[in-house]
Amino acid sequence: MTATVKYDDVEVGTEIPARTFAVDRANLVMYAGASGDFNPIHWRESTARSVGLPDVIAHGMYTMAQGGRFVSDWAGDPGAVLDYGVRFSSPVVVPDEGGATLEISGKVERKLDDNTVVVALTARSEGQKVLTRAKATVRLA
Amino acid sequence: MALNRDFVGRVFPPGEPYEVGRVKISEFADAIGDPNPVFRDREAAKAAGYPDVIAPPTFPIVMSLYTPGLADPELGLNFAMVVHSGQSFAYVRPLRAGDVVTCTSTITEIKSVGSHESMTVRTEIATVEGEPVCTCHNTLVERGA
Repeated sequence: MTATVKYDDVEVGTEIPARTFAVDRANLVMYAGASGDFNPIHWRESTARSVGLPDVIAHGMYTMAQGGRFVSDWAGDPGAVLDYGVRFSSPVVVPDEGGATLEISGKVERKLDDNTVVVALTARSEGQKVLTRAKATVRLA
Repeated sequence: MALNRDFVGRVFPPGEPYEVGRVKISEFADAIGDPNPVFRDREAAKAAGYPDVIAPPTFPIVMSLYTPGLADPELGLNFAMVVHSGQSFAYVRPLRAGDVVTCTSTITEIKSVGSHESMTVRTEIATVEGEPVCTCHNTLVERGA
């Protein structure tokens, strides 16, 4: 466990700068293969539309993974993440042309004992909040 | 269709153990676009204090997303109408290459949310030696007609 951010250097309200992540159909195909989630709503437009979706949507877990990367890059160690949970509030729609953009930001919400903090994440795509109650508990240095 | 409430508390014992492989971890890291060397390079992982490459925080989904027991027709879950509505992981430590783990899943809650049915499954991931590694909570919603 070698987080690079120091517990003493953050306060409740400390903001983690926003980052954007591009999501393309190719990412979803790779994610399907790597995760084993081959639900066709994540790669076949006709199936997505047949169940009432506007287009192919990203796996919720793909979006959650970007949030995990955001937090672990900030902390400096993926193993410093002790707890991570989200609710999927709105799908990330990924058109064939141009894909989608995911914007993730974070804020230190609480400071706990043992050098741990709770980070609240915000994730948006096309102006929609795609995650709610997205929180990670992280052990800092 | 209403899910069978008798399944609340149902425990699905572990199936075949899952062996966490270095190539699978790097494939998963590539798929999520995370270039962190601790997912790929054993020396980098060791320098960070780990015995071998570690897996990204959401990697446990690979072995916990589908609980085969949920296909029991008595439960009444229509997979075509299922969406993933929530997920959490509580880690004892990161999963790492060489771990051989099992998943023990329990249906912890079934409830109605409007016309939908919501079900939460807790999965305990532990090594075959009995060391707990991660607790996952997976909430699924079966959309109503």
